[in-house]
Amino acid sequence: MTPKSMTPSDQSPLLRVENLRVAFPTPTGPFEAVRGVSFAMGREKLGIVGESGSGKSLTGRSILRLVPSPGTVTADRMEFEGEELTALPETRLRAIRGRRISMVMQDPKFSLNPVMTVGRQIAEAYRVHHRAGSGEARRRALEMLEAVRIRDPERVYGLYPHEVSGGMGQRIMIAMMLIPGPALLIADEPTSALDVTVQMQVLVILDELCGRQGMGLVFISHDLNLVASFCDRVLIMYAGRVVESCRAADLHKATHPYTRGLLDSLPRLEERRAELPVLARDPRWLEDGR
Amino acid sequence: MTGDPMIEVRDLRVSFGEVAAVQGVSFRVEAGESFGLVGESGSGKSTVLRALAGLNPDWTGELRVEGRAQGRRRDKGFFKSCQMVFQDPYGSLHPRHTIDRILAEPVAIHRMGDADARIERALAEVGLGSQFRYRYPHQLSGGQRQRVAIARALILEPNILLLDEPTSALDVSVQAEILNLLTRLRAERGLTYVLVSHNLAVVAHMCGRLAVMNRGRLVEELDAEALRRGEAREDYTRQLLRASRGYDRAAAEAFRDFA
Repeated sequence: MTPKSMTPSDQSPLLRVENLRVAFPTPTGPFEAVRGVSFAMGREKLGIVGESGSGKSLTGRSILRLVPSPGTVTADRMEFEGEELTALPETRLRAIRGRRISMVMQDPKFSLNPVMTVGRQIAEAYRVHHRAGSGEARRRALEMLEAVRIRDPERVYGLYPHEVSGGMGQRIMIAMMLIPGPALLIADEPTSALDVTVQMQVLVILDELCGRQGMGLVFISHDLNLVASFCDRVLIMYAGRVVESCRAADLHKATHPYTRGLLDSLPRLEERRAELPVLARDPRWLEDGR
Repeated sequence: MTGDPMIEVRDLRVSFGEVAAVQGVSFRVEAGESFGLVGESGSGKSTVLRALAGLNPDWTGELRVEGRAQGRRRDKGFFKSCQMVFQDPYGSLHPRHTIDRILAEPVAIHRMGDADARIERALAEVGLGSQFRYRYPHQLSGGQRQRVAIARALILEPNILLLDEPTSALDVSVQAEILNLLTRLRAERGLTYVLVSHNLAVVAHMCGRLAVMNRGRLVEELDAEALRRGEAREDYTRQLLRASRGYDRAAAEAFRDFA
């Protein structure tokens, strides 16, 4: 993999999003699921946390214009490596999608082609974006399987998706998404379907690849403790807005009552509490997003 | 220690074809106790619970509930005193039955009579107003549906509640509400719980004692207090504890497979 020259200098962010809005038409008028989200990120691990319906997944998807129609996406600015994405025609965007920005979804069971061996799928991902013969693509795919710590890449290359476990399936997905060498990876709950120990092992791989390839990562998750321990920075979303952002390590010192409420409502291993504090939702949270 | 435990499982074995899902599991749960079964997917924890509930007839070993040995088929009396709440409230409620009908069915099956008052009371107990009574499951949120599933189990006035990952499909703020509800109901009614979960923090919060399972076997049994202090004897449990505390690259690099 060619080391990337740091063309857009580290001062200019990898991705800058300003006033992102996603709306869906309903019989009673448009419903805004994402309501003015703004953030900028460099080559770092950015976590987006929130409960279901907070708009975290739509935020991730709208970067790649993958919001299903009737949904509409608008933004004042959506700049990736200095290029404005909102104005880009679909054909040009296709060159970015997968190649420069790629995406890992939650469940490998639904993201892999069931009638094609996993190795061929990874090789195909490489050939779509690079001029390479089948021999070279195969070699690259095997290298990538090794990079995601699959013990016997030659054997796994020839397996079909139903023959691999959930943890291995997710590593295969990650291999497929990373083989074109993207600068930004959007991972939507990439480890939620996995057992905790396997989850940690998959995160080690993501961590290492971010470090080694200088890749940016948007890590979308509902798991506050996981994001706090894994990411560099966190955005907390509520009802389509970012209500708070902080360094991941400081998440436990968060100040917004929603974030505080979520953290408090989690059962803790270390501490016995007779009753869990229940989140009391304040209508003002809907308005005072940043 | 007064005579018989509420639940006694001895050398339980369950196989699906050639796969030995549960390989000789034994434990006992006293009346009024809350007992946890934790493990990763494929550990056999749900299979143990389903065998206990009578949902899986192909098992060998000994199962005693309220002092009575249980066979492959259970009688009506068993289901009256031992009820189950499932993981996914989107799948466990009949989509074309109203909440009223969902709750009336067990009352009719067990000929308990007085369905109207029982349904009102059951809804109130799980914190749902009577306005929910004639709604359909799709009109309810995940947390509200799980409350209906709990009401359906409780309407028979059982002694034992078997809980299979009752909050893993819910958001954390809703999870807290459901866990509080389950805690309150157990205290009020002196219920016995067996809770299956992959989430150590949930089990430590809800249970006094727990068993850790891996690949069909019981790895160890310990107090929630011991778990909280990190005093697990087995390496497998210690690794699970470490993984549950969040991401730590060095720790995760050292994880190994336990056969």
